[in-house]
Amino acid sequence: MKVMASHQILAVVSMNRDSVGGQTPIFYVSDHHELEKTSLYLARILMAAIHDLDNGTYILVKH
Amino acid sequence: MEYLPTTILATLGGILARLYMLRRDYRQYPSYPQGWAIHLFVGFIGALLGAIMVPSFLEKEFGAVSFMLLAASQFREVRNVERLTLSNMEPTELVPRGAAYIEGIARVFEARNYIAIWISLAIGIVSELLAFSLPLRVMGAIVVAVFLATVLNRLMRGDSISDIADVEIAEIEFDGPLLTVGGVVMMNVGHSEARALYCERALGAKIVPKDPNAKATLANIGQMQAIAHDVSSMVGVFMDVGEQEFTPLVRRDPESGKLVLAMIPAQSSKEAFLEAISNVPVLEGAIRKPLLSVAARMSE
Repeated sequence: MKVMASHQILAVVSMNRDSVGGQTPIFYVSDHHELEKTSLYLARILMAAIHDLDNGTYILVKH
Repeated sequence: MEYLPTTILATLGGILARLYMLRRDYRQYPSYPQGWAIHLFVGFIGALLGAIMVPSFLEKEFGAVSFMLLAASQFREVRNVERLTLSNMEPTELVPRGAAYIEGIARVFEARNYIAIWISLAIGIVSELLAFSLPLRVMGAIVVAVFLATVLNRLMRGDSISDIADVEIAEIEFDGPLLTVGGVVMMNVGHSEARALYCERALGAKIVPKDPNAKATLANIGQMQAIAHDVSSMVGVFMDVGEQEFTPLVRRDPESGKLVLAMIPAQSSKEAFLEAISNVPVLEGAIRKPLLSVAARMSE
C-alpha cells in the first residue's frame, strides 16, 4: 500500500530567518529570485503546491 | 414450443432497449468494446428473465416466477461492480470524479438493467395477449418497446447544470497571492509564474443557482467535484501530474450560494467552457429540495 502525506506542510522556503522555525525542513534563501527557484524545484520534486505567506516565506503543501 | 415467439420477441426487445440506453458520449463510459460486451450480456440476462416471466406465469409455474425474482436481485451486484471499477480507476484520473459521481453512475447502470427487464416483461404480456396473430404480435411488441424505451429513458434523464443555474464568465483576479474569481477566494497561488499563467490562459465562471432548491443542490461537495471533473474532461485541462496549483477548482460563495470555477483549459474558448459547464449532469444524490419543507418556505 502506498502511503502519502497530504494536507501537510512538506517544506518551508524563506528569506526571513526570524519568522520560521520548527520541525518542517526549512530552506533559507537570500533573495526573491532564489525563493521562487527553490520553491519551484521543491514543488516539482514533492509534487506539492506552492503557497505564498506574503512575508518572504513560501510553504509547500501536498493537497 | 408454444412460447417461443414471446420469448424471442421479449428478449430481443429487452436487449435492444439496453443497447439503446448504452450511450457513447464524451465520458466513454462504459468503455468500448469490453465494457459494452459486459453490459449487453447482463442486459441479455435481464431481458431473458423478463421474457420468460409471462410464460411461467401462464403455466402456473409460480416456483419459477419466485426463482426469477430472486435472480433479478442479482442485478444489485452490477452497482457494486461499477462502483468498484470506477473507484479503482480514480487515482488514475488527473481530476478525480469524486465518490458522489461514481455512486450516481453505478446507480444508473443498475437501473438500466431493471428498465430492460420491465420492457421485456411488457413485450411478453403484449405478445401473449395478441397470441392469435404473429404479425400483430410483432407489431405490438415493436410499439410497446419503442414507447416504453422512449418514455422511461426520458423519465430517467436527469437535469443538467443549465436547468438549475445560470452560467456566466467571471473575472479572474489576484489579490496578492490569492486567486479570486468573481470576488470569491479560490486558493493561494504562491509561484509568480503560475500566477502569470493564470492571468494569461485561465477561465473563470460563476454558476448562479436559480432558486433555493438549486442553491442547496449546488452546495453538495460531490456535485462541485463532478463539475470540475466533467468540465476538464470536455474542454481539456492544462496540467501535469503533481501540478497541484493548476487543478481545476470549484468553490462556493457562502453569501449567495453561487459556485465559482477556475481552471486553465487546454484551449481558451469561453463559449466552449460555458457550454461544458452547462452540460454537466446534476447528480441524483446531490439533489436537495428544501422548499418542500415548511421551515425553508418560512425563511424565504
